[in-house]
Amino acid sequence: MLARLTRLAAAALAGLAVLPAHAEDKVVNVYNWSDYIAKDTLETFTRETGIKVKYDTYADNEILDTKLSAGKSGYDVVFPSASPFFAAQVKAGMYQPLDVARLPNAAGLDKGVMANLAKVDPGNRFGVPYMMAATGFAYNVDKIGKAMPDAPVDSWAMLFDPAVVSRFKGCGVSLLDTPTEAVPAMQIYRGKDPQVQNADSLAAAMEALTPLRPNYRYVNSERYRADLANGDICLAHGYVGDLVQSRSRAAEAKKKQDIAIVIPKEGALVNIDVMAIPADAPHPEAAHAFINFILRPDVIAGITNEVGYANAVPAAMDKTDPAIAKDPVIFPPAAVQAKLHTPPPPAGRDYDRARSRAWSKFRAAKK
Amino acid sequence: MRVGGWRGGVGRALVLAVPYAWLVLFFLVPLLIVGKISLSEMRAGVPPYEPILDFADGALVGVRATLENFALLFEDDLYVGAYFQSVGIALVSTLLCLLIGYPMALGIARARPDRRGPLLLLIILPFWTSFLIRVYAWMGILKDEGLLNGALLWAGVISEPLVILNTDAAVYIGIVYSYLPFMVLPLYATLEKLDPSLLEAAADLGARPWRAFLSVTLPLSLPGVVAGSMLVFVPAVGEYVIPDLLGGGDTQMLGKALWDVFAFSRDWPTAAALAVSMLAALALPIAVFNRLQARLEPEEK
Repeated sequence: MLARLTRLAAAALAGLAVLPAHAEDKVVNVYNWSDYIAKDTLETFTRETGIKVKYDTYADNEILDTKLSAGKSGYDVVFPSASPFFAAQVKAGMYQPLDVARLPNAAGLDKGVMANLAKVDPGNRFGVPYMMAATGFAYNVDKIGKAMPDAPVDSWAMLFDPAVVSRFKGCGVSLLDTPTEAVPAMQIYRGKDPQVQNADSLAAAMEALTPLRPNYRYVNSERYRADLANGDICLAHGYVGDLVQSRSRAAEAKKKQDIAIVIPKEGALVNIDVMAIPADAPHPEAAHAFINFILRPDVIAGITNEVGYANAVPAAMDKTDPAIAKDPVIFPPAAVQAKLHTPPPPAGRDYDRARSRAWSKFRAAKK
Repeated sequence: MRVGGWRGGVGRALVLAVPYAWLVLFFLVPLLIVGKISLSEMRAGVPPYEPILDFADGALVGVRATLENFALLFEDDLYVGAYFQSVGIALVSTLLCLLIGYPMALGIARARPDRRGPLLLLIILPFWTSFLIRVYAWMGILKDEGLLNGALLWAGVISEPLVILNTDAAVYIGIVYSYLPFMVLPLYATLEKLDPSLLEAAADLGARPWRAFLSVTLPLSLPGVVAGSMLVFVPAVGEYVIPDLLGGGDTQMLGKALWDVFAFSRDWPTAAALAVSMLAALALPIAVFNRLQARLEPEEK
């Protein structure tokens, strides 16, 4: 398609420009999730290093994956979720190994998180952790209280028990538009192991999900942040960091909304978003400088303070806003952490196909 | 009588070469690439599909093409269903555009000549704002605590806000709103050319206004109806943004189905097969429209 043509053109241009590798431009092309960095991070980086930042954002792992699959994306630093996306991309050879000598700040990374990440990237060769958060849900305290005073607010039952979620249909419920979150969440709610990925486990989860569909006003991964803050919906499945942003926006809004965030008692997935350098990145040197800068305790603490996601740099804790450092949904206590699951690894091609198809059908089953 | 001769022939060829080159480069070539991917096998890598042609030492040693991706599409009724839903939504939207657009076009065509320009400008004016911003504006209008519900509640027409956003109704509103100008403009072009003396003649022969409309105006404006319907129907079938932003995710249109295969199962070959099948299946209703238009065209002269 067009991407292919652009690639051909880019290859032709690359053939013309026989520049030595060290004559790298002082630019780094960063492709990150939306609302996922502090306001001053990029400015400070440019001021300190003289490297300009071209910054672009996305809303789904799938979009990043598509761009990387096409090749010649032109990006130098990207932020995929560890599993299954980063894991599959590492296997497909989409990244270049990190040069540890150029990342002195990586020594300060939490060993536990690195070990967890090594499950999908043996030896931590291709990525370092950026931010992490559980996937849970948030609700509007007043509206849920009115719809169901004795609602089981600490459980996935809020989203997945037909007798409960149907009570909130009127005030609006949203679900993340990706089977990589909804299917494991349903498995956890039903007391099953979310690591199990086969035709039977998929059928069981989808059978439980499909009749619930009319209760979800929409299935979308982006709109819930604003809608929850404005009071347009009262219950949203989402990434805890995004929900934290929504909660603070709701508290500042003209019509204040009281939002509570939950990591369900049954357990939840926790996503580590990593920083990685695509194999064909045009500015690998600048990319290393950027990653090293982000891993500096004061810089990453500033990002955590602004976006409400936890980082994996222990030395950043004393620079973190105490309200955030003590927030049990951002930095969960040990008892909660024990119930957090790393997302399942990439499944086979047949499972992926079946799941994608089942998801399309589920989304359409509203009537 | 032949005009020009040899030099005229070259000129004509040059003029025609530009659109042809454009079509070959930006329609045929991409289509062939998509067709090629649809015959290849999926793999993990960059790009995420196997090459079809096996080269060894610059010589072709084998061809590996598979129709398996097409077979996968018809495993169940998911994509067939999405096709019919897409065509259905596009047809209803086209009809609604016609019902709303025809009186508008007729009104403008019958207005005083000096008022037609400003009226047409009003039709085109929305294009001065980005399409995406206009769709987002509809989100603000249609949401539970949005402008529309606010106005209706204030006027006492309803006591509870209407849930419109995230439903099919919102999708129809979005599509009809966005494509209405494409219906009005060709209709206006045909209606404006209509000789008013024909209507006077009908009146002289005793036809009441509605009778004159049905047997004179309407048949003579059919080429405009068909052209406008095409301009609305074809893009509406492939609409992706409007259902995504205004619908509740349950409007299973082809664009969205295509994205699911592409993104969730990272299966480019099957996605390409779906795109090729989509094109083939859509050529059918479009060919019907085209035949209609071709048959109506001579009557216009």
